[in-house]
Amino acid sequence: MYSASDLRKGLKVQIDGEPYIIIDFEFSKPGKGQALYRTKMRNMITGNQFTQTYRSNDKFEKPDLEERTMQFLYSQGDEFHFMDTSSYDQIFITRAQLGDNINFLVDNMEVQVLYFGEKPIDISLPIFVNLAVTRADPWVKGDTSGTDTKPVTVETGYQLQVPPFVEEGDKIQIDTRTGDYMTRVKE
Amino acid sequence: MLSPAGLKQRSDFIQSLRLFFRKRDYIEVDTPIRLPVFLPEAEIFPYASENWWLQTSPELSMKRLLARGVSRIFQVCHCFRREESGRLHASEFTLLEWYHVGWDYQDLMRECEELVRTLASVCRELPGIVNGDTLLYHGRKIFFSVPWQRMSVEEAFAAFTGTTPVQALKDECFDELLVTEIEPHLGWERPLFLYDYPVQLASLARKKSAAPHLAERFELYCCGIELANGFSELVDPEQQRKRFLHELAGMQRQGRKGEMPELFLRDLAQVSDAAGIALGVDRLLMLFLQADRLADVLPFAEE
Repeated sequence: MYSASDLRKGLKVQIDGEPYIIIDFEFSKPGKGQALYRTKMRNMITGNQFTQTYRSNDKFEKPDLEERTMQFLYSQGDEFHFMDTSSYDQIFITRAQLGDNINFLVDNMEVQVLYFGEKPIDISLPIFVNLAVTRADPWVKGDTSGTDTKPVTVETGYQLQVPPFVEEGDKIQIDTRTGDYMTRVKE
Repeated sequence: MLSPAGLKQRSDFIQSLRLFFRKRDYIEVDTPIRLPVFLPEAEIFPYASENWWLQTSPELSMKRLLARGVSRIFQVCHCFRREESGRLHASEFTLLEWYHVGWDYQDLMRECEELVRTLASVCRELPGIVNGDTLLYHGRKIFFSVPWQRMSVEEAFAAFTGTTPVQALKDECFDELLVTEIEPHLGWERPLFLYDYPVQLASLARKKSAAPHLAERFELYCCGIELANGFSELVDPEQQRKRFLHELAGMQRQGRKGEMPELFLRDLAQVSDAAGIALGVDRLLMLFLQADRLADVLPFAEE
């Protein structure tokens, strides 16, 4: 159990059977009065946010959260299938749950899957991934658009802006936190 | 955490506080910070030190000195409160506390005005001070020219909440309304005194004779931040004992044990009418330095 004095930004707690992460927190206390723990939380499953003030005697359960290393196998429709690399158990996570992460998922990639009890609720990708460019228009000399980047499509279907020298078939490194091009990878 | 220049600013600021009181014939005292009995207050948690306690404020010791016949005393000291840590709180912090025999809380409000005005004038080169008489904080100008605003607790609840202090106490939401609905508005033009608290919320303050459900207690606010808490002192040992019993009962409900401060009560019989106040030195310095967090003006942030 956590007590109110353990509350801080980033702490994960369980309320009404669901996991929440604290995204904002302020301790306040009028001179001779009660300590108040003003907290903003995000539901880790639904993404809903709410604010609440807690008191010293409030208690919180620790959510049963666990990260497991898994390998991405394949996608079929809206289902993305993963395999636990130690137990070989297979599961799937829906496209909606994965959100923007699908832009960077390629077969055999290792990711961390966050479980709440027996339920996978989120994945975290490596910070940098290398993806192959599947479509790149040749750089037109004398392009008057005034930019020094051009759009390309990578193997996941994700589109991004890269420098003109990147060509179809190249591998490029992308920062999964921002979705931005980092560098061309030589293999 | 403070830079070398910040340490100098903090030192100058504290020296200026001391000078203000010395010029007004106050004696600086240094009472023990480690005490055998702590001040029973249901919402303040002391740290144990062996089988003694670190002071949560120097109030008991300083009033015992008044019993010896000194009439004006002040102290700048560290106080310790468990489970208080946040943007405006540190579990070890610096308090300025002073007592003046023969005064009441109205006299102290006026001296508060003089103190902060003098500090602004003397410490005029600090980043938050303009022209030696105006505070610049979060893009707002707060004028120190007197008189400052005065607002009763009753008026504040009427202005900023849909309830009264009495009802809020019944509904157990007084503190929450104060912190969330009232405090953020206080002291943005001039500093503001919030005064006349329900007597339940002023364990060591004298009742107002014209309105015995109220206590002669005030708090000073500037930029929505509570800076000081002062009152006309309760000097009747029998009434004080009853108030302490009430606090001790509250502590017992929380599963804590406290003790009646008997030596204090014995000496209190010798204290004449007086007023006393505690001011958060770190918080006032925070405003003068335009800092956002208490930790920014402490020599060491809690690590």
